[in-house]
Amino acid sequence: MSDQAVTHDTPHAPPQSGRQRTPQHELVKKSLGRRHAAEMRFRAAGMSAVLFGLAMVALLFVTIFAKGIPAFWQATFNIPVYFDPEIVKVEPRPQAQPGETPAQLRDRDLAWQTQVTMVNWNRVIENALIEHLPEAASKRPLVRRLVTSGERFGLRDMFVANPELLGQRVTLRLLADANVDVWLKGNIDRDLPDSQQQLPPEVRQWADALYERGVIEMKFSTSLFMNPDSRSSLASAGLAGAIMGSLYMMLIVILIAVPVGVASAIYLEEYAPRNKFTDLIEVNINNLAAVPSIIFGLLGAAVFINWFKMPLSAPIVGGLVLSLMTLPTVIIATRSTLKAIPPSIRQAALGIGASKTQTIFHHVLPLALPGILTGAIIGVAQAIGETAPLLLIGMSAFVASVPATPFDQATALPVQIYLWQGNELRNFFEARTSAAIVVLLAVMISMNALAILLRKRFEQRW
Amino acid sequence: MFKKSLIATAVVAMTASVAAPAMARDNLQIAGSSTVLPFASIVAEEFGSAFPQFKTPVVGSGGSGGGLRQFCQGVGVNTIDIANSSRPIRPAEVESCQKAGVAKIIEVQFGYDGIVFASRADKGSFALTPQQVFLAAAAQVPVGGKMVANPNTRWSQIDSALPDQEIVLVIPASNHGTREVFEEKVTHPGCESLAEVKALDKDAQKTFCNTLRQDGRIIEIAGDYTETLARLQAQADAVGVFGLSFYDQNRDRLKVATVNGVTPSLQTIASGEYPVSRPLFFYVKGEHLGVVPGLKEYAEFFLSEDVSGAGSKLEGAGLIPLSDEERARILADVRAEKVVK
Repeated sequence: MSDQAVTHDTPHAPPQSGRQRTPQHELVKKSLGRRHAAEMRFRAAGMSAVLFGLAMVALLFVTIFAKGIPAFWQATFNIPVYFDPEIVKVEPRPQAQPGETPAQLRDRDLAWQTQVTMVNWNRVIENALIEHLPEAASKRPLVRRLVTSGERFGLRDMFVANPELLGQRVTLRLLADANVDVWLKGNIDRDLPDSQQQLPPEVRQWADALYERGVIEMKFSTSLFMNPDSRSSLASAGLAGAIMGSLYMMLIVILIAVPVGVASAIYLEEYAPRNKFTDLIEVNINNLAAVPSIIFGLLGAAVFINWFKMPLSAPIVGGLVLSLMTLPTVIIATRSTLKAIPPSIRQAALGIGASKTQTIFHHVLPLALPGILTGAIIGVAQAIGETAPLLLIGMSAFVASVPATPFDQATALPVQIYLWQGNELRNFFEARTSAAIVVLLAVMISMNALAILLRKRFEQRW
Repeated sequence: MFKKSLIATAVVAMTASVAAPAMARDNLQIAGSSTVLPFASIVAEEFGSAFPQFKTPVVGSGGSGGGLRQFCQGVGVNTIDIANSSRPIRPAEVESCQKAGVAKIIEVQFGYDGIVFASRADKGSFALTPQQVFLAAAAQVPVGGKMVANPNTRWSQIDSALPDQEIVLVIPASNHGTREVFEEKVTHPGCESLAEVKALDKDAQKTFCNTLRQDGRIIEIAGDYTETLARLQAQADAVGVFGLSFYDQNRDRLKVATVNGVTPSLQTIASGEYPVSRPLFFYVKGEHLGVVPGLKEYAEFFLSEDVSGAGSKLEGAGLIPLSDEERARILADVRAEKVVK
């Protein structure tokens, strides 16, 4: 403050040339250096705090992106597969017969599907590989290790969807085994002796040869987005289940926390009388915002699962728990936005004869919208990044299917990151985990960008 | 008044409509041991793929104890159908199950798991005996006929043949079934093999053998093996306790120790030569048979030769398969729905 006063005073009262300087002048001049130094120190401290923060964020991003980006490309075979009628020996798919009920047809169809599942699809894949590796014909168990084991079900599903494939040759993309991917990307030390390698020497040699010939290529990994999690076929583990789970929870939070939160904030701010009771409510809401999220998880497990008998691991429960967690954030953000609307607006509306409700809904609320939206979006973004409460309601379970409704079991993006981080095959899943983090970060950044965009857009009306 | 009751009805209707879908569940819910989790997850996934009429079971973790606690919460669709466990169910647990109405507990043993000691690949090789592990881990050790606070700080102090490395032992915490095996198969036999301990009476022996050192050289891990591995990466000298399958998938970073001169492998564990192994189980809730679709089929599928036998996918993932006689006997018990008493 005093510093400012000095810099402002000097131009107004310049010391006149030739005039004797007073001792006060000397005093100020002497202390000036010290005060400037203090300012410089503070600036330097502030600057280094910002730089330190930026460096940490940069370090985080660089390590995650450096590990995660390569995982978006995955070793993939591009080979013709022959649906050999000698191996795929199944009857034609059952057709509806006259006088048959739909249930009977479904039973016959299921029996047919079971039959298709029993087909030795591995052999079909092996044969396709052996066409490229004639020398491997005598080592079928080793050949099998090149392609990830889930692809046999992929072939089955293709065949079930289109039984016409029988006897045809189709060029397909098959995911390579997780360990082949690790080997080709050099995520395992390639110089280690055989005893420390995951793959036998033959398989490594074949993988290298096929990669060189372009039979194996690094293709953009659609499986990362299209598949649910997998433990039996690690290379096909994907985020589809987690993304859908997070999406359902987000919808539930938006449907519950935002309307309830905004309504309570409007009531508390505009209608509620100011007394001890409302003060108590206010204190509690502020406290609630600071309660660790894991407590909400305990609450959810006790109330929704044990009392209301809702299903374990379901996004509906997760969504309700996260809604409770987000409510205080939304209420606080909305209230402070409402407070910031100038009284002149209200007075003008009341002055021309609007009722209190009309004033709030026609005049105050539209102006508060950008602030409320920002609060809501930030609350929702915080909710989808939340892990701890979800662990307590069983959402850390291994779910190998994509949920069709919010009542089906699912995981969430951050929980999937936690699960992958714990997977045994570290060499493959370290990169996969970072890729999942990149996806989560992308979701977060786009939500925050949306918040800024909406705020900018609606602010123009002000 | 009318308004209030209207609100009350609305709330009841809402909860009912929300809770209604919970009444029917068409997929299996499994939880428990993190050692069994990888195996159970593989089976669940294959089960879902192999049987188009059943949905893929959901497999949660929580440790053997946690899983059995959830299992014993009662009967009903919001409770789990199967608890995975890396140790047999305890009588106290059976009792608490029965109190909650879970009387038909069907035990299914599906294989064995080996527990190994491993250190960082770039460090010295260990050839351990249970006695040496006890001397490294105990709070007190006998020196010259007297029990003194454990003076050992380097492995080479215990035996000159061991590497000259700081003693840091990373072991599973007591929420893991693995901890029990570690004590039962390693530290207790190691402790009891000491002449000075043999001289003590039974109770004193038990307390003495159960007390591990508290000076920071023993690190207990409540999480999973990846956390143990992370510890080893941070503390280069540490020796960790892992499951055989975990070691197998991280051979590039870990070096396994022999116990009593035997290297752990599928063969040496199946033959019983390697001493530190234990059976793995899952427990089926008999009351849910016929209610939740696919429960019995899952148990039988798990036990089938193709899924958990020699040359199966689970063996590839590190499971030590049952012998043919064991498999036949257990499968017969499951078919007969034999209940744990």
